[in-house]
Amino acid sequence: MTRISVKVDGTTYEDDVEPRLLLVHYLRDRLGLTGTPVGCDTTNCGACTVDLDGESVKSCTVLAVQADGCAVTTIQGLATDGDWHPLQKAFHEQHALQCGFCTPGMIMAARDLLEENPHPTADEVRLGLEGNLCRCTGYQNIVNAVLAAAGNGSAHGTGSGQEKGQETSVKEAAV
Amino acid sequence: MTDQLTDRVDQREVGRARPRKEDARLVTGQTNWTDNITVPGLLHMAILRSPMAHARIDRVDVAPARERPGVIAAFSGRDLAEGLGSLPCAWPVTEDIVLPDHPPIAVDEVRYAGDPVAVVVARDRYAAADALEAVEVDYTPLPPVLDLEDALADDAPLVHSDKGTNRCYVWPLATGLNYDEVRARADVVLKRRYTHQRLIPNAMEPRAVVVSPQAASGEYTLYSATQIPHILRIMLSVVTGVPEHKLRVIAPDVGGGFGSKLQVYGEEALALAVARKLGRPVKWTESRSEGYLATHHGRAQIQDIEVAATREGKLLGLKVDLLADMGAYLMLVTPGIPILGAFMYPAIYKMDAYSFTCTGVFTTKTPTDAYRGAGRPEATFAIERIMDELAAELDLDPVELRRRNWIEHNEFPYTTIAGLTYDSGNYEAATEKALARFGYDDLRAEQQKRNESGDAVRLGIGVSTYTEMCGLAPSRVLRDLRYAAGGWEAASIRMLPTGKVEVVTGTSPHGQGHVTSWSQIAADVLGVPFEDVEVLHGDTLTSPQGMDTYGSRSLVVGGAAVHHAAKKVVAKARKVAAHLLEASEGDLDFKDGVFSVKGSPEARKTIQEIAFETFSSHDLPDGMEPTINAEHLLDPENFSYPHGTHLCAVEVDTETGHVRIRSYVCVDDVGRVINPMIVEGQVHGGLAQGIAQALYEEAVYDEEGNLVSGTMADYLVPGAPDLPEFVTDRTETPAASNPLGVKGVGEAGTIASTPAVVNAIVDALRPLGVTDVPMPCAPQRVWQAIRQARAAKEATV
Amino acid sequence: MIPAAFDYARPETVDEAVRTLADARGETKVLAGGQSLLPILRLRLAFPDLVVDIGRIPELRGVREDGDKLVIGAMTTHHAVIHDPLVRQYAGLLAEATAEVGDPAVRHRGTLGGSLAHADPASDLPAVVLALDGELVAAGPQGRRTIPARDFFTDYLQTALEPDELLVEVRLPKTAAADGWGFHYEKFHRVAQSWAIVGVAAMVRRDDGRITESRIGLTNMGTTPVRAEATEAALVGAAAEPDPVARAAEAAADGTHPSSDVSASPEYREHLARVLTRRAVLAAARME
Repeated sequence: MTRISVKVDGTTYEDDVEPRLLLVHYLRDRLGLTGTPVGCDTTNCGACTVDLDGESVKSCTVLAVQADGCAVTTIQGLATDGDWHPLQKAFHEQHALQCGFCTPGMIMAARDLLEENPHPTADEVRLGLEGNLCRCTGYQNIVNAVLAAAGNGSAHGTGSGQEKGQETSVKEAAV
Repeated sequence: MTDQLTDRVDQREVGRARPRKEDARLVTGQTNWTDNITVPGLLHMAILRSPMAHARIDRVDVAPARERPGVIAAFSGRDLAEGLGSLPCAWPVTEDIVLPDHPPIAVDEVRYAGDPVAVVVARDRYAAADALEAVEVDYTPLPPVLDLEDALADDAPLVHSDKGTNRCYVWPLATGLNYDEVRARADVVLKRRYTHQRLIPNAMEPRAVVVSPQAASGEYTLYSATQIPHILRIMLSVVTGVPEHKLRVIAPDVGGGFGSKLQVYGEEALALAVARKLGRPVKWTESRSEGYLATHHGRAQIQDIEVAATREGKLLGLKVDLLADMGAYLMLVTPGIPILGAFMYPAIYKMDAYSFTCTGVFTTKTPTDAYRGAGRPEATFAIERIMDELAAELDLDPVELRRRNWIEHNEFPYTTIAGLTYDSGNYEAATEKALARFGYDDLRAEQQKRNESGDAVRLGIGVSTYTEMCGLAPSRVLRDLRYAAGGWEAASIRMLPTGKVEVVTGTSPHGQGHVTSWSQIAADVLGVPFEDVEVLHGDTLTSPQGMDTYGSRSLVVGGAAVHHAAKKVVAKARKVAAHLLEASEGDLDFKDGVFSVKGSPEARKTIQEIAFETFSSHDLPDGMEPTINAEHLLDPENFSYPHGTHLCAVEVDTETGHVRIRSYVCVDDVGRVINPMIVEGQVHGGLAQGIAQALYEEAVYDEEGNLVSGTMADYLVPGAPDLPEFVTDRTETPAASNPLGVKGVGEAGTIASTPAVVNAIVDALRPLGVTDVPMPCAPQRVWQAIRQARAAKEATV
Repeated sequence: MIPAAFDYARPETVDEAVRTLADARGETKVLAGGQSLLPILRLRLAFPDLVVDIGRIPELRGVREDGDKLVIGAMTTHHAVIHDPLVRQYAGLLAEATAEVGDPAVRHRGTLGGSLAHADPASDLPAVVLALDGELVAAGPQGRRTIPARDFFTDYLQTALEPDELLVEVRLPKTAAADGWGFHYEKFHRVAQSWAIVGVAAMVRRDDGRITESRIGLTNMGTTPVRAEATEAALVGAAAEPDPVARAAEAAADGTHPSSDVSASPEYREHLARVLTRRAVLAAARME
């Protein structure tokens, strides 16, 4: 067992954990924070995405011991005084969720995306969410919700973003 | 039905794009997924699965697992066999179907990689996972059965040796004129083979089950990530012997299904059996890669389709021979899935003869069953693909060929060659609208330019004018198809004393937004605020009757039942209002929730006031029962037939084989729309899954029968960058078969889109000599098709 | 799924980490960002007795200049690499290719050193470091040694690192646009998330419309990343134009031994290598 101290959604917890304990299981099974679900075992689906010290991570691919001394924000910590985060509102208003299983991870990934790029294009949103899979929505309303939350209105996108190689912002960043 | 049931309802809510009531807990992480549920003393179950496709089990020793820390119990198949019946198949499609025994856990033989062989129960999921490593199993390998045609050979190894054959059933249908005679007088006969790869449904929420026993009273509460709590309750009662009235089944928040949770799974029976044995609560949650083996797969059919037509492009007849992969066992509706397609091959077209045969075949693979569309995507794909091939053969525009054959809008209701009566439709209108929004003529011009210049990136245009049968289903039709249950749906409405409303539905939503849509339907009929309606579902205690959610049935059957039940509430309330207002029922107007006396509008009672008056019962009409609550069980009079026209433009990189969807336009006719936002969302999601079949997804087995695409890293579920932005639009031809005029929408996008995409790819490459690309149209396959076509061209020069 | 139990160590210096590795008995795994290791542990494809977490060693992170070399700490995350101004100035190819690795969450945790030490021939960065003529610095009980990228990748998931050695930094010769360098990473994959079927990392140095030097690394064209040497040689002196580049690219797959899987046969991979090399070199050659 290893002693860890982790701040989750503003509360600091100290626990003895097995080194192999995944952060997502620490959140769910030890802290009872079941807002963060597990959707796969290969780091593909992104349903378990949380914020770890200011960056989005897949909490199924982080050990709880690796989060020792860190601050974690989950979907359950986003609303302030009962007011939803703009992304939570936008997902609701734009019908960006159906079954809702991917939604916590999708919102946490989108939050990180907007912090890095506050006014993305539709293609940039698609690329920024490449690590989060949704089986219900076809992504279109998710893209619209992220654009809406960014203040880009409910602007329908400018294209599919299917060609990753044509993604301009990445290229510019790299040059 | 009383006259009031036909009253016009003012639509304040229906038709509005209401954001969903469901969302609040979903966007804040306060969801109640099955895996979130915990009860005191909860134990965790893990399942050891066969690593082989086919083997005899010589020995299972679970004793070493019992010694592991934290382990409470461990069981072999033999340990659990007593008291566990066979998992059910509710759709034995023929009288002489081969129906093998399907134990929830294997005892003597495993028949697919993933078949359960042992169960361990431990204090937490980590200890349970560890203990699986300690179970010892000896197998004697048996030959796998993988190829559908090989499986039917006389000397083929058998999946179920006691049955003497891998042929599960042969199901024929022949309607209209004799096909062979029609074929003999045709100018053109085209025959093609199309193959539907195996698909893994991939609901985002993995399956999970929690069983909480009340040992003293022999009562069990079972939570499951299921689409079918009501059917599950009945079936589990039969499988385990727990009396139905002692078993409560709850589908809490369920994270998608797409057919994969329309099932009675071994793990559900095992969790119940283990909880009963131990007298303690048990949870099982599958991991994604475990689910790839253990949750049923979809599609997996080989289609030989032949079309006979005149030189002018008039269809004369259609012949279809299917081989359908059942997998290792028959699950809930496994054999019926291809039969759901049997009636859809003629699609929207008129013809004189139709001949269909389906042969179900056992293989040593994960069982197949319903996956979004279930039979209809397969049928639609084959007919829409061969229509494009016929158009090419006759040098006709593919849209023009369809025009020459489709049922015209003034011919409805129309009984098709397959015997279905389409109640309504307007294929011309949907097609015209789609062509305009797509810019069809401009794209054709660009295509021609690229072809002439020999551009390495070709443009292709794919057409799919689909219809489908959904809204399962008239019970008598189900009887004729040998399906074990009926197709009705239940709704009841309770008017609470404070004027609030509870709608109880037998549908079981898992992402479809029934709470919102049913609220809209009830609010309009009752004239109450949308916010004042609550919808209860997914719990056999609170919603005791229902047939659950699948087959795009919920709105057309369950939503219509809500409408009828609400009408009955109004009819009862009218009696109370007439009594209180001292008027005759016929003299009362009812509008926006208010009864008023014709000619003296100040004499009025709101429906909320009536609810309270009924609760107090101080002054009700003589002999009236003190309730205005009502229930309605609706058995639909027909299927629902949504239709539409989908157009897809792709760019194909002929050097690499890469396909990019440049634009996708669909115009769907799903009848009247309750909530356009929800309907559009259903279309988007359906498109994504249909496109995924065309381009990306495939469950691949190796020659030993191991699932190669065994994790989400190998099975390519498309992400946001992999899908285009869709242009969706609608025409609205109300359904004639239900009072709401609605049609099913859940599967339409999936059914329509797969052929649209593949038709576009083939259209792009046809000038190079390509006439087909097998699905999924992965770059290598596109590249190979081009290469083979070029080689064939060179050989003929 | 759930990893099997293991012991855990979290050294705070490189020396301590090396000592921990040297003292370890049984199977040991070094945990860098964990984005490859943790899925492997979860699927129970590995059962280490000890996991050494090098995530809290500050000296392993960051980017600095050392004369004509750029030095990147092994534990520098992909995200940091993409956004680092020095990397963008002197190793633009690495920044561009790193943006293609995994997804944003993976790039927040995953590290350059972890990716190289994992040595998956289907991952993007080994071929990139090979194309950049990088050197990898290993720390062990006997001190530090420098391994050229060409010698580092020895086989599928195998490197020249000894069990008690730790990859500590990556040294890359500076390649700046001002010196005529252009670059491009061409990744071909089926969905955004999936591994490269084939990837081509191209560095091209130009002078007055002619190619004077090129270095081309190939992803997933064998058990290790490889250089397209025949194409590199053919490009020297060639005009930076489609026809001569296409001719040179015809040799891109020479000497490679690509694997076969669900997405691609060896023959298709060889074909892709030729097409994508042409595209990558042209894109690099045309870079402003």
